[in-house]
Amino acid sequence: MIKVKNLHKTFENLEVLRGIDEHIEKGEVVVVIGPSGSGKSTFLRCLNLLEDVTEGEIYVDDEMINSPKVNVNRIRQKMGMVFQQFNLFPHLTIMENITLAPVLLKKMTKEDAIKRGRELLARVNLAEKEDAYPAQLSGGQKQRVAIARALAMDPEIMLFDEPTSALDPEMVGEVLDVMKDLAKSGMTMVIVTHEMGFAREVATRVLFIDQGIVMEKGTPAEVFGNPQNERTKNFLSKVL
Amino acid sequence: MAQWAAGFSDTFYKCFIKEDRYKLLLSGISVTIKVSLLAVVIGILIGMVIAMCNLSRHKLLRIVGGIYTDVIRGTPSVTQLMIIYFVIFASVHLDKWIIAAIAFGVNSGAYVSEIIRAGIMSIDKGQMEAGRSLGLNAFQTMSHIVIPQAIKNIFPALCNEFIVLIKETAIVGYVGLMDIQKAGDFIKSATFIAFMPLVGTAVIYYVLIKILTLILKRIEAALRKADAR
Repeated sequence: MIKVKNLHKTFENLEVLRGIDEHIEKGEVVVVIGPSGSGKSTFLRCLNLLEDVTEGEIYVDDEMINSPKVNVNRIRQKMGMVFQQFNLFPHLTIMENITLAPVLLKKMTKEDAIKRGRELLARVNLAEKEDAYPAQLSGGQKQRVAIARALAMDPEIMLFDEPTSALDPEMVGEVLDVMKDLAKSGMTMVIVTHEMGFAREVATRVLFIDQGIVMEKGTPAEVFGNPQNERTKNFLSKVL
Repeated sequence: MAQWAAGFSDTFYKCFIKEDRYKLLLSGISVTIKVSLLAVVIGILIGMVIAMCNLSRHKLLRIVGGIYTDVIRGTPSVTQLMIIYFVIFASVHLDKWIIAAIAFGVNSGAYVSEIIRAGIMSIDKGQMEAGRSLGLNAFQTMSHIVIPQAIKNIFPALCNEFIVLIKETAIVGYVGLMDIQKAGDFIKSATFIAFMPLVGTAVIYYVLIKILTLILKRIEAALRKADAR
């Protein structure tokens, strides 16, 4: 579903990604771990073209998406993105946050979008909040709305960029529960996170990225249970 | 005291009543208001375009926007007014006040563009990213997500610019328009009295701007209220 070939990303003089090759199959839940500054968030943002790719190729459904000829907006409609800082639209109600894109992009009529919005809010346990504004919600609730908002576009892939890093500890669980539920439903997911317990439980595959390359990958049992690379061992010894 | 009062009412009569001179001021007020209102609309339109240029990804547009702001800010508005009136619109038959309004709009646009640019840049870049990540294009994200939030930040500065603009129009006499200032000046020359017409002019501007300020404050309060949720 996603193929990444020799992905490089350079900011000014800093080479953040130094050649990443990866295949992500439909239905996989890939968790990306690594120390801060390792390039894992940049990798995720490149998948959604929020960062220009310096070199290399990214294919989604066999279409090279970092070609200048491709309509970026159409590609992004296939990929939902959840941000560390939620990035809800503060001037819109929760329901408007969710229905804005599907209605504006003519995927649905307003009535259908609201109906779908209610289903999604029920799914993230926030049915009673549709008329609230983002400022009235807790961090965990905001992030669940952000997930519902991304799902409203019926994406094929969901990307999560440290979705629980900005949350108070007691709210992490409620967001992870929604993500687990989503993984169970068969959604293809790429998740950058520091939640190792979650990675172990939910991931079909774990990538350890450091210094801009994939240092180690495998099933959670392999990466957490029997890491081969010295850097992986070192990193896991600090976070586990 | 009585003598002073008699003198005052005499000058007042000479300056404002005699030969229907108040009518000069009244038509001056209408000229000032007409020019200012049209100029503010033109200024906002130009300001939006220039702000978009300055925020654009394309280098050429940023250069164009940069030059525009630079030239307008670097030259006196009287000079700009006269160039637009006597050079650019020399052979175009438009009402004087419309040409003047265009000149003030062109001038104001440079300042408005900076206000809009600052307002848009005050919105967290995560908002743009969130919009784009849903598949909205840059224009849709701007118009539905960024600008509605930026307006609340922009509005107070824009009000200030509007007020500055009204006072700035006091130079339209240079191209032969009879606004409030010019009317006061005309009365001064006709009566050989300086105090009454000039202070009268000041009072008229002050009252106009006071009324406007109160209206704008109301609108701002309404905007804030809609935000306090």
